[in-house]
Amino acid sequence: MRYLPLTQPDRAAMLAAIGASSIDDLFVDVPEAIRLDGPIAGLPGHASELAVERHMTALARKNMSAGDGPFFLGCGAYRHHVPASVDHIIQRGEFLTAYTPYQPEIAQGTLQMLFEFQTQVARLLGTDVANASMYDGSTACWEAIGMARRITRRGKAILSGGLHPHYVSVARTMAKYTGDALDVAVPALTAETDLEALIAKIDGDTSCVVVQYPDILGRIADLRPLADACHAQKALLIAVVTEPVALGAIKSPGEMDADIVVGEGQSIGVGLQFGGPYVGLFGCKDKYVRQMPGRLTGETVDADGRRGFVLTLSTREQHIRREKATSNICTNSGLCALAFSIHMTLLGEAGLRALAAANHAGAVAAAERLAKVPGVRLVNETFFNEFTLDLGREARPIVRALADKGILAGVSLGRLYPDEAGLANGLVIAVTETTTAEDVETLAQALEEVLA
Amino acid sequence: MSAINQSGWRPTAPQQGGNAAPTFTGNKALMLEEPLIFEIGDNHTTGVEVAPPVTATSRLGGLARTAAIDLPGLSEPETVRHYTRLSRQNYAIDLGLFPLGSCTMKHNPRLNEKMARLPGFADLHPLQPIDTVQGALEVIQQLAHWLVTLTGMHSVAMSPKAGAHGELCGILAIKAALEKRGEGHRKVILVPESAHGTNPATAAFAGFAVEDIPATADGRVDTAALKARLGPDIAGVMITNPNTCGLFERDLRTISEAVHAAGGYVYCDGANFNAIVGRVRPGDLGVDAMHINLHKTFSTPHGGGGPGSGPVVFSERLTPFAPLPFVEKRGDHFALVEEETAQDHHADSFGRMTAFHGQMGMFTRALTYILSHGADGLRQVAEDAVLNANYVLRSLSDVLDAPFAASGPCMHEAIFSDKGFAEGFSTIDVAKALIDEGFHPMTMYFPLVVHGAMLVEPTETESKATLDQFIGALRSVAERALAGDETLRTAPHFAPRSRLDETLAARKPVLVWKAPETTAEAAE
Amino acid sequence: MSRYFTQDHEWIDVDGETGTVGISDYAQGQLGDIVFVEVPEDGKKLTKGDDAAVVESVKAASDVYSPVSGTVIEGNPALADDPALVNSDPEGEGWFYKITLSDPSELEALMDESAYEAFVAKL
Repeated sequence: MRYLPLTQPDRAAMLAAIGASSIDDLFVDVPEAIRLDGPIAGLPGHASELAVERHMTALARKNMSAGDGPFFLGCGAYRHHVPASVDHIIQRGEFLTAYTPYQPEIAQGTLQMLFEFQTQVARLLGTDVANASMYDGSTACWEAIGMARRITRRGKAILSGGLHPHYVSVARTMAKYTGDALDVAVPALTAETDLEALIAKIDGDTSCVVVQYPDILGRIADLRPLADACHAQKALLIAVVTEPVALGAIKSPGEMDADIVVGEGQSIGVGLQFGGPYVGLFGCKDKYVRQMPGRLTGETVDADGRRGFVLTLSTREQHIRREKATSNICTNSGLCALAFSIHMTLLGEAGLRALAAANHAGAVAAAERLAKVPGVRLVNETFFNEFTLDLGREARPIVRALADKGILAGVSLGRLYPDEAGLANGLVIAVTETTTAEDVETLAQALEEVLA
Repeated sequence: MSAINQSGWRPTAPQQGGNAAPTFTGNKALMLEEPLIFEIGDNHTTGVEVAPPVTATSRLGGLARTAAIDLPGLSEPETVRHYTRLSRQNYAIDLGLFPLGSCTMKHNPRLNEKMARLPGFADLHPLQPIDTVQGALEVIQQLAHWLVTLTGMHSVAMSPKAGAHGELCGILAIKAALEKRGEGHRKVILVPESAHGTNPATAAFAGFAVEDIPATADGRVDTAALKARLGPDIAGVMITNPNTCGLFERDLRTISEAVHAAGGYVYCDGANFNAIVGRVRPGDLGVDAMHINLHKTFSTPHGGGGPGSGPVVFSERLTPFAPLPFVEKRGDHFALVEEETAQDHHADSFGRMTAFHGQMGMFTRALTYILSHGADGLRQVAEDAVLNANYVLRSLSDVLDAPFAASGPCMHEAIFSDKGFAEGFSTIDVAKALIDEGFHPMTMYFPLVVHGAMLVEPTETESKATLDQFIGALRSVAERALAGDETLRTAPHFAPRSRLDETLAARKPVLVWKAPETTAEAAE
Repeated sequence: MSRYFTQDHEWIDVDGETGTVGISDYAQGQLGDIVFVEVPEDGKKLTKGDDAAVVESVKAASDVYSPVSGTVIEGNPALADDPALVNSDPEGEGWFYKITLSDPSELEALMDESAYEAFVAKL
């Protein structure tokens, strides 16, 4: 067995040193009746590297991967080009196989990287501070709602209909146990977002309003009036960004006075990976930092006066606070945060702005072309790299039919909102720098065919 | 705050290093100091090329970001060098033993990485039509089958994102089951004193009151005290097995029977499953729910702090309450049960814990590892892990206090304490001195039931030669602590940094970089 | 003015109906370097034994229980910028909050300085 270095003579010598006659002596505390006397029946035995590779490759071949043809899916996960050096660096053993940096003297690589990540995220989101990452965008979103409860000591959260429905589901699950009251809605296939309606709902019991930017249909609205309305009632504005590349083109939520900004960082540096692992982004205003969940890296000095970094404010965490911790979350998404940070360093502001501009231009061109397909209506007036089409009939079977033609045509709203008949005709299309003009033309013609 | 930044990356204190003069750069040969990207990059440099936009129309609704974002860029060569230099300031399992008891890491096989990167897994969108992702769902199904079979349980929830998230999953299922039974008044979860802090944090989040169960002098749960506390207000117990003192809870089956008889559920923290996989099945111990940290038992990389993955196995009676989504085999077809079909036949599920379907990238790695070892290899994994831990325990118990050495063989980890150290010396001094010896320190000051605890978990992927060297190093350092060697207090001496000021970091938190004030500004 | 102590190592100075609360020198010594103190808001009503404040060192966080019932007049604003005051002058400048006592008879159950010294000596 190639991952086990002990030899039979080693094992014999070690047992002798311990004073045990056989390995079974070391398992005497397991009640005899339930000890397994050999490998579990019905499971295969060990296999060579080549055999395992064959098995896994055969499974991988059963999937149609995003690169196999024209691809237009978004809704919380986006396909961007990740530079080769990103994956090279994250596979360095010193990053890949390090543990949480509990011993800062021999973990400055990870800690400095996280400090750089925190700064990059804060600047991107427009917040004063950011943490060292969360599991993903959906869990970050729920954590933000919990944080708003602790800050305002109120338990009523208003969730925009434009918030990703999986994020709403996660919040609903958790709120059952914390007692938060959630005011939820579904989106309408209109150009306008529900900002006005949200403003009308805010009252003195509201802990926070949660709004996605751009929203699940790709729409963009100025958050400033909503922030003002929240603050007038001493409630917090939480903005959720599922496509961080957008912030290379549009104002950050922090610039519009959002109090907490969370996001899904997958777009930058992290591949699609069928939904995970991803990396949750979490930033907030300075004054709320001690209520922020998750790991934080801070700057300090060592005994010789040299700059260094440590995990800090850990008294908020459950290994110290136990039942009084700010959150149940015990880890971050370190390696994905590293991938995000490397990609962001390669981009820099200039590269990020160029990438965002290319995404937006590609999406504008695609929207114009697809809106010309007979029977198709472009729902959005505003969007970044993702927009919604009303196909005039149920979108989900059409997506399936196009998949058979080798086109992954977008996310049908029927997949995300199975119970909402009013959304069944909606198809959300994402266009990134990986989408070519030919891809768009292929999709447009295929749509013309199936809708004819 | 900026004052700290101004200290810069160049050492501001005299160099140590025998007769050598301080270097101009602050570097020491292969030990290279590295500035922050904010100090070496700028807003105009980029390491990527993006095709220029084809049109100029804007649909941004007048919200264009006009102010500078201040994200510094570096060229590709500079980027590779920056991160490579940073990486060399990290300890890692690829460099040596990582004996972090209860948390540890084993060798991370590179085949796992290669398989996870196959485009058929890595380049899949989570919302693709189900027919286009049958291979991915089959991976989830195959891994689920292994986990259920190895644990002797009934089902598994794959979506939890990490161990603590898995704990939450198990506890929420217990809560949902109690409410379904109309027994939501059961509000108390019993947790042993030696438990990891996540256990009480999780139970409290779910609205339970947490009560400690004492430990016996031999380091196990006090079964009599636990049984005496059972009653109509008890929702369940959370027990770690093997426990955080490195011992197998011999009475767990008896405890489970008593808890079940009293109407409660048994949550097992499966962080240490790596010690018993293939030797005993938690299902045979009466466990109702248990999370498995895929990194710890099934070798997925820890990445300097995640991503993790924490699938939860369930007994038959908790299965109906498991979260969405999950994969179901229907004939030759793999279906994904999401919200949409939940009402049909999974109406009691407590809901969704995360967007999409869990840590797929970790599933491919864990399945690769499991297939490599097979049922026979996984049993050998547990045996070698336990053998290595006992070898460490018995090789050092003459020099270090081993509070539970008489409690029977240890399982995955050996526990020592700082008893007998010279006045003023503690566990941290030993830990920091191990850094100078080229090892990552053990877990310190945990579990709380042992004063000055040192928890050593070597794992099965260490050779006897490595263990012998580690034992020699720890023996040497322990002897210095017993003798009161003052140089221990300033260890580590040879690491990239000496002891860092955590008090300063917490009193005046500097969490993001700010440009140092220029001399002119500072003078104002 | 008289000073009383609790078994949880809080002290309270009482002047008429107004009390000033902090933690004892013994307590700060046990906690080590204090990095953060959360004091109660003005106007907060406390019952004897309630969690009134939180004090954090690098590795530990502890709740401070109110030794008496009453209404908070003010939290010590100096602790926000300089939590180390709790280490350097725990029974002076490092006070936590001032409170209007609603039931001065509660003081009878507390220890005076010499009783507290004897109590600590036995720990």
